[in-house]
Amino acid sequence: MSMSSLALIVLVIGAGYFYLAQRAVLLLRSTGQHRLHSLPHYYGYWAAAVAVLPALLLLLILSIADDIVFKIMVRDFYPPDQQNLDSVSEAIVLAKIMNVVKGIQFGSPDAWVIAAGEAWIQWTETSRQLISVIVIGVSLLGGLFAYRKVSPEFRSRNAVERIILWVLGLSSTVAILTTIGIVLSVLFESIRFFKLVPPTEFIFGLTWNPQFEGAERAGSGQMGLATYGMVPLFVGTLLISVVALTVAVPVGLFAAIYLAEYANNTVRGVVKPLLEILAGVPTVVYGFFAALTVAPLVRGAGESIGLTVASESAMAAGLVMGVMIIPFVSSLSDDVINAVPQSLRDAAYGLGSTKSETVRQVILPAALPGIVAAVILAVSRAIGETMIVVMAAGLAANLSFNPLDAVTTVTSQIVTILVGDQEFESAKTLAAFALALMLIIITLGLNFFALQIVKKYREQYD
Amino acid sequence: MTDTTMTTNAAMTETRMEDRILPDKTIGQVHVEHPRMTARAVDVHYGTKKAIDSVTLDIGERQVISFIGPSGCGKSTFLRCLNRMNDTIDICKVSGLIAIDEQDIYDPSIDVVSLRARVGMVFQKPNPFPKSIYDNIAYGPRIHGLANNKVELDQIVEMSLRRAGLWEEVKDRLDQPGTGLSGGQQQRLCIARAVAVSPEVILMDEPCSALDPIATAKVEELIHELRAEYTIVIVTHSMQQAARVSDRTAYFHLGKLVEVGETKQIFTNPVHELTQDYITGRFG
Repeated sequence: MSMSSLALIVLVIGAGYFYLAQRAVLLLRSTGQHRLHSLPHYYGYWAAAVAVLPALLLLLILSIADDIVFKIMVRDFYPPDQQNLDSVSEAIVLAKIMNVVKGIQFGSPDAWVIAAGEAWIQWTETSRQLISVIVIGVSLLGGLFAYRKVSPEFRSRNAVERIILWVLGLSSTVAILTTIGIVLSVLFESIRFFKLVPPTEFIFGLTWNPQFEGAERAGSGQMGLATYGMVPLFVGTLLISVVALTVAVPVGLFAAIYLAEYANNTVRGVVKPLLEILAGVPTVVYGFFAALTVAPLVRGAGESIGLTVASESAMAAGLVMGVMIIPFVSSLSDDVINAVPQSLRDAAYGLGSTKSETVRQVILPAALPGIVAAVILAVSRAIGETMIVVMAAGLAANLSFNPLDAVTTVTSQIVTILVGDQEFESAKTLAAFALALMLIIITLGLNFFALQIVKKYREQYD
Repeated sequence: MTDTTMTTNAAMTETRMEDRILPDKTIGQVHVEHPRMTARAVDVHYGTKKAIDSVTLDIGERQVISFIGPSGCGKSTFLRCLNRMNDTIDICKVSGLIAIDEQDIYDPSIDVVSLRARVGMVFQKPNPFPKSIYDNIAYGPRIHGLANNKVELDQIVEMSLRRAGLWEEVKDRLDQPGTGLSGGQQQRLCIARAVAVSPEVILMDEPCSALDPIATAKVEELIHELRAEYTIVIVTHSMQQAARVSDRTAYFHLGKLVEVGETKQIFTNPVHELTQDYITGRFG
């Protein structure tokens, strides 16, 4: 029986117990001798939850676990000379076996491979039946247990509350576990990279010139040796982010002040959603806006005053990225400014301040921690942004602080490295993971920093 | 803003007192010999709702006048008209004449910023800026350019704090945040802040409602002393407070000024039935 139909059966069982439990207490109540602790449907929910939730959880665990168990069991079929395989060869052997399982023929597999494949098919069959029996059994027994517990005195309302608590708690754990999973997956690949390239060279190196080993061995002329120094990439990221922030922070902040303090409700109701539309434009669209419209403009403007501007410049990408993150700054700052208590405004106006004096001397200082947090969140957005840079800033890993040069960023290099066919043992491919790890560390650090500031801010007006 | 509108709404739905008759004309002496501020037939509307109905009243120079009345009677709304704090509320419309030293404060030629420097305000909840004690006091003098140098500013700060009876308590920690003071100290800080810009009139909107009895006593003592130099208008829910601190008392009911007179007379010998019921605690 497939997983989905099994889950459906469990749900049907749950519905059945819901009905049974509810009917049982309704009957008890109709005799007039009992006073129910909770409303009847709570008894139903309780029974249904006990019948459904553990069974579904078990189903999930078992169907993940069986594959792992099979992989261990299948080792018995390996011939003696293949007992101690490294991970790659083992994956190849397993792939051969899985081909047999799926009925795909590649040449003529060894006899033991065919035997292993057939065994695998049989195990799958058995385990499916076993899982079906176990899951349905657990569901039925759980439901029965819950149903037996149903009595007028039973505090089903409180029990349901506890179940809800668990479900909510588990959901939040899923998000946390996913984050940990992401970090770990990047971390392990990074460790492999750092075995090939020493961390000091990676972190402090000033040249970024990734090469495939093949190209390196062939000594492909002008490319020379592969070097993995992340400094140019992070400088490029920094440069573009700085340009972006010089656009986004003043414009976003001024827009927020206008919306929060000056605009009347009608204007606010129109302008705020319009500003937030900016946040909804796909970054690819920003990308070609930057590449096709802004970059030539920047170049033209630069050349008219005698500057040399690369046709793909950090300036163009940064400007457009700045526009992209305006809504982040303005929307968050607007919330923060609105959170400044009216009593402070009253105090300032009551002393005869003008509007801009009030904003500058009272509201902004009071809202500053929140605004800083908004800016930091915008920074991590800018650092993580890829598409605009790929399209508008070029891919040349120049170590330059001049915004008119072509630079590249961490994210766009990751994309370039991982697009197309990869050989997963090469330092070039693995470098992408090391870069990603650094990026995660930086953005997590920034987010943490922002949260600390927000926390401090929250304490201020309580 | 919502505070005032809400209390106004409450006034509009108030039906309990409908059987009593509001007077057509305010009872008692609305005029005084030396008025500092004058209000003539002032109406205030929130949208279509009338919050203040034709109030005429003089506020005497160097006198304390208290506004009393049940919640939602319009006393705070009227107070906030006197320095145009209601301007910040979009739907609030004021008509009639309000003048300070015979100058219409709603005249287009009047600069609302300098008006508020002349008519200061202390609010119900202490609202010090999240700045140091010194900067809280120095804020007003700085924006109005009242001090030419640091020494003068220091003097203004010290004088204002002394006047608010706070100097001895805070002189060693002027650089600490004003929000770190106790509630009563914060309110006196706010009074000192208002005094620092040398206003002519100080409006106080229930200045003691968030304070404990001891802090209240200190603020009342302060009001008593400030009377020598300032004209003070105080809105209060406490009739004892009105009786203790004010020279004149005005009783508001459902947006109307019912009765006004010498505090002693209002409390010992009220004329209108509503005033009588309110001060004897029959409702309110």
